[in-house]
Amino acid sequence: MKNSEESDSYIIHGKLALPYTYFAGRTGSTFLTTLRDQRIIMGVKCTACNRVFVPPRQTCERCMADIRSQWVTVESQGKVVNHTVIRYQDKHLPRKPPFVLAMILLNGADTPMTHILEGVNPDRVVKGMEVAAVFSPATTNTLLDIDHFEPVAEPP
Amino acid sequence: MGFKKKNRHVGIVGIGETKFSSHREDVNQPEMIHEAVKDALEDAGLTMDDIDCVVHGNMELFEMVHQPDLWHTLGTGARGKDAFRLTTGGTTGGTLVGAADNLVAAGMYDTVLAIGFEKLQEGHTTGGITNMADPLWARKLQSGALTDSAAVKAIAEFGPDRAKKAAMLYRIIMDKHACLNPNSHRAFGLDWDQMADLMENSPPLIGDLRLIHMCSQSDGACAMILSSEEKAKQQCDHPVWIRDHITIHREETLNLCVNHYPNETTHRFAARHLYERNGITDPLDYFDVFEMYDPSAWWGADWIRDFFLLEGDAHYRLIEEKEIMRGGKMPINPSGGVLAANPIGATAMVRVAEAAKQVRGNAGPHQIPGTVNHAIASSFGGTMWTILIMLEKELNW
Repeated sequence: MKNSEESDSYIIHGKLALPYTYFAGRTGSTFLTTLRDQRIIMGVKCTACNRVFVPPRQTCERCMADIRSQWVTVESQGKVVNHTVIRYQDKHLPRKPPFVLAMILLNGADTPMTHILEGVNPDRVVKGMEVAAVFSPATTNTLLDIDHFEPVAEPP
Repeated sequence: MGFKKKNRHVGIVGIGETKFSSHREDVNQPEMIHEAVKDALEDAGLTMDDIDCVVHGNMELFEMVHQPDLWHTLGTGARGKDAFRLTTGGTTGGTLVGAADNLVAAGMYDTVLAIGFEKLQEGHTTGGITNMADPLWARKLQSGALTDSAAVKAIAEFGPDRAKKAAMLYRIIMDKHACLNPNSHRAFGLDWDQMADLMENSPPLIGDLRLIHMCSQSDGACAMILSSEEKAKQQCDHPVWIRDHITIHREETLNLCVNHYPNETTHRFAARHLYERNGITDPLDYFDVFEMYDPSAWWGADWIRDFFLLEGDAHYRLIEEKEIMRGGKMPINPSGGVLAANPIGATAMVRVAEAAKQVRGNAGPHQIPGTVNHAIASSFGGTMWTILIMLEKELNW
């Protein structure tokens, strides 16, 4: 039984609504529209640092150079450089657990991008695994126009 | 108050501002911030290699971004550097300058980059700002960032006719200033003959606060570079010296207990202490320009009295005789002030930046006539927080 001090303590329940938008900017928008309309993945190259950033950015944070116009197309295929397995369920997650989030270094890029990896047993994912993008049949004008990645070769 | 003199002098060596506007779809947050950072570095003739520490701030929750200082590194240049995030509501920009001033004065860093930003079009300001109210007593009663408390007070003291005219005169003076500032978000081109019409027909918001009285919701960023005396003199021909700053919080946000309202407002308390400890007996005579954080024309008109420690209707006479206009006895907000642009996390820093530009004499088309030796800038937050920052042209006090 609760003591009277606890039972007489009032709790106020509230809920906050915090709607927002996000301006992708010209650089982010170009990435999204080429992904949507041409099914190609683009990055920008810092010629000073000799580094291709995917996803793209306006400025190289290493040398502060303006790199917004230095577009390059990278392959939609690359290698897993790291991964983890999501084993709990919550509303914000994009898949039912267990599922794999992998860092994928696309051929031609110098920075890995994180995405969902499917078509492989989560316990069989290894570094260096060759994977390719599977594009979403319907566009959402987001990074999820790549629906997921999956292994190129049949897993062992 | 436990105030100690600075360990060493601190100078402003670089100032950067974006254009302020209602929409910046062309850039994301780090890209917009980068514009101000690049501008400040170019202004100072420095690179990120010269920066020892970055302090970054904006309003909590306004863009629904968690830890923006971390993922803004792409634009701030903070990669691999010591960095802090500060968020104190409307005062954030002033807190950033004050913190950078302290960090350099203390000897922790020689050169600090302070960055304030906001992209108000991306978020929902009332949703964010309602969180500052006490959940038990005030949250269900709050009217967001809008209040007519200054109008109620002014009308009770001076009567509706004089008070409404003073607020509208203040508003039009600010617009005339804003029209000269190329960074203004809102510059309408208002004229004196529109006063009666605006007082009658501008859409009402709360009580006698109308849309025309109120500041905008803007996108934009401001960056400032502060250095120690030794470094500042190497880096810059004419640093603007931060003589002193004061930061005070002493009122309740939502005043539910009228009898407990302090007789001396936070603004007046801050001003009195700052002037006393710097030996300034007549601030109206001492300062050459004032950049005030004026969220509405009602507040701006009212606060002149507190900031300059005036009595009676002395502040109204300054407005009515247009002495607060450029060329007047005390030019207030030659930039157009907050009514011209309000990217909140940057707004209070823009006050300091604009005051410093006036001291340097290179503010641009809105540079006031005459030499500016002594300037003051204020910050205000909805949490009734005041910051005052004193700037000097010469290191001679």
